[in-house]
Amino acid sequence: MDLSSINPVLLVASLMVASTPILLAAIGELVVEKSGVLNLGVEGMMIVGAVCGFATAVATGSPALGFVVAAIGGAVLSSLFGVLTQFLLSNQVATGLALTLFGLGISALMGQGYVGVRPPSSPRLDLGPLSDLPVVGRILFSHHPMVYLSLALVAGVWWFLRSTRGGLVLRAVGESHDAAHALGYSVVTVRFAAILFGGACAGLGGAFLSLVIVPQWTEGMTAGQGWIALAIVVFASWRPWRVLIGAYLFGGVTVLQLNLQAAGVAIPVELLSMSPYLITIAVLVIISSDRSRAALNAPASLGRVFHASK
Amino acid sequence: MIRLEKRAAPSRTWSYLTPLVAVIATMIAGGLMFAALGKDPVEAIRTIFWDPLFGEFAFYYRGQLLVKAGPLILIAIGLALGFRAGIWNIGAEGQYIMGAICGAAVGLAFYPMEARWLIFPLMILGGAVGGFLWAMIPGILKTRFNTNEILVSLLLVYVAEQILASMSLGLLRNPEGAGFPGSRNLRQYESAANNELIAGTGMHWGVVAALIAVIFAYILLSRHIMGFNIRLTGESPRAARFAGVNPNRLILFCLGLSGALAGLAGLFEVAGPAGQISIDFNVGYGFTAIIVAFLGRLHPIGILLAGLLMALTYIGGEAAQSSLGLPSAAIQAFQGMLLFFLLAFDVLTHFRVKFGREAAA
Repeated sequence: MDLSSINPVLLVASLMVASTPILLAAIGELVVEKSGVLNLGVEGMMIVGAVCGFATAVATGSPALGFVVAAIGGAVLSSLFGVLTQFLLSNQVATGLALTLFGLGISALMGQGYVGVRPPSSPRLDLGPLSDLPVVGRILFSHHPMVYLSLALVAGVWWFLRSTRGGLVLRAVGESHDAAHALGYSVVTVRFAAILFGGACAGLGGAFLSLVIVPQWTEGMTAGQGWIALAIVVFASWRPWRVLIGAYLFGGVTVLQLNLQAAGVAIPVELLSMSPYLITIAVLVIISSDRSRAALNAPASLGRVFHASK
Repeated sequence: MIRLEKRAAPSRTWSYLTPLVAVIATMIAGGLMFAALGKDPVEAIRTIFWDPLFGEFAFYYRGQLLVKAGPLILIAIGLALGFRAGIWNIGAEGQYIMGAICGAAVGLAFYPMEARWLIFPLMILGGAVGGFLWAMIPGILKTRFNTNEILVSLLLVYVAEQILASMSLGLLRNPEGAGFPGSRNLRQYESAANNELIAGTGMHWGVVAALIAVIFAYILLSRHIMGFNIRLTGESPRAARFAGVNPNRLILFCLGLSGALAGLAGLFEVAGPAGQISIDFNVGYGFTAIIVAFLGRLHPIGILLAGLLMALTYIGGEAAQSSLGLPSAAIQAFQGMLLFFLLAFDVLTHFRVKFGREAAA
């Protein structure tokens, strides 16, 4: 066992990278849930984003274009969920599950020809002297652009929900769709837009996984990250900055256990591999055990079907 | 202008019709998907739905039908009870794995003793207990700490997969297997094998258990107070509380029962068709069973039919894979599509579609 081989600076830097897919998916899902919709299809949207982004990047040689198509792919899949839950008033839990099952199948189908293919590499940001700074340069100034975009998205969502009229309407729809409807806001339009945003974010997260982190395409490569993103939204009590903390905490555990595996610590590999899931469960238990607070933070109309009668 | 008007009570006609309409719509959409893949859609649909039953090699495929339908029905029956009460166990895949591991471990512990009357029942018990305990984790966390059972049960699937990997590489590895991962083959161990009861039919103890579960669930839902409480909680949790239903007990009952049934399905699979514990022993029955439960309208008899239909898509999918070169993932997408159409058409059960402008109120 050689723990000294674990470099803390690299650990933090790789933590930020490893957390980005979950962060992207979770911040999208936060907006969806704030509008009162529970979309359990994050895993499916992520993996469809992963394959769309991968295929596009391989075909065009441009990772940037890959990310754009991944976002579109995720949004298209989420629009299925939107149509079913908002117009056909289906059960959100069941429809979300269907989205995940369908997404896993269709992505495997789309990705058949891409197994073992290497995507074009996407360069890290290079700010010259800034990136060359010791410690800080590696942690702050030399990441993939998507890492910064994910952070900007968290800030943007926080600002949107807190300080804009649109954010207020979205929260009103999520807290009481009947009241928002009575005020003349279109509940369905707001929710549909939120669902599309959530899908696009999950798609981006998936593409980051297949284009930057792994970078490869394998069936089922999201391996539960979409579900962890859902758990992180609960963990964060539906607040954007806490989503960031939750995602980085999870990313930290993932990176640390990989480092420990590499360092040959005398803990069974399987136990290390399951640790992120176990810790997510433990965190969920801690957060939800305080019943009054958990109930206070959740959007009041979460998961309820809205049907304007007369 | 199209609008929806809520029905006073769900339409019985449509609730029977929607699964059929959904299957037909899926065949059409699936045909388009197959056409997009460059296959002849009519031939693909025929290979999947017709040939396994009435084609040239039907004698082989018909047996496979029960082998695949058994675990699907067994798991879906348990899930449906929970779904009816609004308790979402979606980690059946994990409970299936843990049931298989526990049951197989019991059997392997007795190796090479020969006492089928003792060992096989104990294995069945082990399988049920394994799945039950694994489902109790989300159950107890839900009742004690109000933790979301959807997320916990699902996350535990990934934990179970790691345990499966660990078991097939370590504790349960075949000592005479030349170091290859995977346990001893239970089918070659007379006292533990879950072989076909009638040769060529695919009928094994798991299928028998599935049929018993269907009957049991039917009686439970229509004749027993527990079934009434489950239905009541699903329709109106508030009314159920006033009626004196203990929600925690109901949660533990539904999760425990569905876990035990999923564990049983895993045990029968590992002792029979699969034969051994190996890293990729599970094939996603736990997830497909969710589709089966919904397609069967969460009703035991419906689930029986839906399980057979879903088994048919598995077998037909494999046939289409070998004869038409259809990718295996296409069937997975096809099954997902089926659930989508089902949920979409379900709107007709609860709402009337009205055309024209809304009358002034």
